[in-house]
Amino acid sequence: MIKHFLNLEWKQYFRSSYWQKNIAINIFMVFFALYFIAVFLGLGIGLFFLLKETFPDQDPFVIANSYLFYWIIGDLLMRFFLQKLPVMSVKPLLTLPIKRSTVVNYVLGKSALSFFNFLPLFAVIPFSVVLINQDYDTAMVLTWMLAMIITVLIINFLNFIIEAFSAESELSFLPIMVVVSVLFGLNYFEVLPMTSLIGSGFLAIANHPIFILIPIAVLIGCYVFNYKTLIKKLYLDSSLKSKVAEVNASDLSWTERFGDIAPFMKLDLKLIWRNKRTKSMTFLLLIGVLYGLFFYPQPMYKEMTFMSAFIGIFSTGFFLINFGQFIPAWDSGYYKLLMSQNIKYEQYLRSKFILMVISVVLLFVLGIPYVYFGYKILIAHFAAAIYNIGVNTHVILWGGSFNRKKIELDKKAAFNYQGTGAVQWLIGIPLMLVPMGLFGLVNWLAGFAAAIALLIVIGVLGIVFHKKLMKGITQKYLNSKYKMIDAFSQDN
Amino acid sequence: MIYTKDLSKTYNGTTVLNIEELTIPKGQSFGLVGNNGAGKTTYFSLLLDLIKPTTGNITSNNVVVDESEDWKPFTSSFIDESFLIGYLTPEEYFYFIGELRGQNKADVDNLTSKFEDFFNGEIIGKKKYLRDLSKGNQKKAGIVAALIGNPEVIILDEPFANLDPTTQIRLKQIIKDLAEKQGVTVLVSSHDLMHVTDVCERIVVLEKGNVIKDLETNPATLKELEAHFGSTAITSQEEE
Repeated sequence: MIKHFLNLEWKQYFRSSYWQKNIAINIFMVFFALYFIAVFLGLGIGLFFLLKETFPDQDPFVIANSYLFYWIIGDLLMRFFLQKLPVMSVKPLLTLPIKRSTVVNYVLGKSALSFFNFLPLFAVIPFSVVLINQDYDTAMVLTWMLAMIITVLIINFLNFIIEAFSAESELSFLPIMVVVSVLFGLNYFEVLPMTSLIGSGFLAIANHPIFILIPIAVLIGCYVFNYKTLIKKLYLDSSLKSKVAEVNASDLSWTERFGDIAPFMKLDLKLIWRNKRTKSMTFLLLIGVLYGLFFYPQPMYKEMTFMSAFIGIFSTGFFLINFGQFIPAWDSGYYKLLMSQNIKYEQYLRSKFILMVISVVLLFVLGIPYVYFGYKILIAHFAAAIYNIGVNTHVILWGGSFNRKKIELDKKAAFNYQGTGAVQWLIGIPLMLVPMGLFGLVNWLAGFAAAIALLIVIGVLGIVFHKKLMKGITQKYLNSKYKMIDAFSQDN
Repeated sequence: MIYTKDLSKTYNGTTVLNIEELTIPKGQSFGLVGNNGAGKTTYFSLLLDLIKPTTGNITSNNVVVDESEDWKPFTSSFIDESFLIGYLTPEEYFYFIGELRGQNKADVDNLTSKFEDFFNGEIIGKKKYLRDLSKGNQKKAGIVAALIGNPEVIILDEPFANLDPTTQIRLKQIIKDLAEKQGVTVLVSSHDLMHVTDVCERIVVLEKGNVIKDLETNPATLKELEAHFGSTAITSQEEE
């Protein structure tokens, strides 16, 4: 049976057009993985000597154990955002003579083979080898290693339990935040000293191998819990049937003042509010506003005025970039309808344009408090906002005409690469680097005022020629109409 | 009204549609039948300028559809679920289509109120998104949306599939009324020979992209069609 499952998945993976069309992303992910493996390897080999140097009078092994608590918390957090329970399309299997328990065991078993479980081993095993080399008792180190592997698996299954809870609550980050902050709080306020508790726990296991039964029991507990929750979901009427969402209607009549593009604006606003992927994107607005706080409080950026142009472009254009890069793929699900309806392409695009302009203005206004860090920052943000409105909106709309990748709106948002293609990587160059380069160069040659003036002038030029630019962009979309319809009707 | 000349569509050397000449007069209810892969949806897609013809073209009301967009105001269609916007409620969807076709809310409400029977109380006022409706109800919403804004040409691909018997009968009446009373040119395709012969004045049979029969509907048409498709089934059995 397992053989069949593996065969199915192999085909699913390599026959998906996602794989075939996104080799670049796959290569990127492999490099990403290799990078992490290298980092962990380095950590595993170097940790012992690093600890010895930092704490010369203490046992590095004991210190490493005392930090395990933070590793567990960190790992749990990272997994929550990155690792998902392996998905299997079980619907076709339900009517076939396969035991439900086989399916569940397979899914859970497969999750144990996740990259996230192997990654820590790249640190744990070299560290253990170093320990043995340094004349630690071999049996003790091996027991410790085994305990670590079991812990990794516990974290693996614990994560799925947390995810199961978060899937049910409206605020999906809440469960993980509660778990992590309770553990952290217990430790920090010394109600329950988790750090030393876990540290001495592992030391105890290493010294008395019999204690390893405790983590094994926890692991079995987690597995059984997962098994029970999953098997309940293997019925058509529970999780496989998609949830019916309540309609949240709001009054959008204020869009009427935009005249002939009002229907599209209403549609776009609903698009953003009612779909998972776009909804989480609006929370990025918050990041856009707060982005400057990473930089401005630090004194080293005080002198680098050209940085404020970059941050200005980025923070006022945060929504513009995230929303704009997937125009018109957001509408890919019903693109055929739009193309056969009585619409003017220009109106459709102008609605997106206005939406982006509003977001830039809004983000600029919300960012005004940055004036606290110096009036120059405000001026730079203003110039950046003008540039975003005049130039970047048009650039990103133009780039959109190269989009050939469908987006399914109800899929999750974070780390969802659906719809991402070369366009999304390339468009960043004119969007970010050109204004930064121009600003930096003129700032260096002729001073801050001239550089600001340059950005504003270019931006205003863009606004002045808006009609002309839109005409060209519209033509570009018209030219690639058939290709887009064809691409958007391909299933991933 | 709709004039097709030397139309063909070829994908990678395979011709999927090849129509030398086909004229559909105004106000005709026109049925397209054929087996899977006969080219029905391809023809409708060409009619809506969703794919580019390899040769030839279609002229609708003196507008060449792949050269000008002026056919859009008087043409409406429902081909498949990808014509629905999943995150809207049916009402919002009707209003959206209405706005695109220059109809205000009152006009749209007026039209949809005529279809209360057809909707069977499952579409309007249910506070559900289109994506959460059943396939049959999605289809009902899509078909009615295609009637908004007094179009002169209505294109429906497989309108009877997925509908329950009651709704099928109601839909047949709606389509008949459109052509007879309002002079609308209705194009439907179907696998169900009985439905097409009930509804359409004229039936064209496509096979592997070619027009092989062009019939005025009369009481004998259904027999003739059944004989035709039955015989192809027999010959293909013999070939095997």
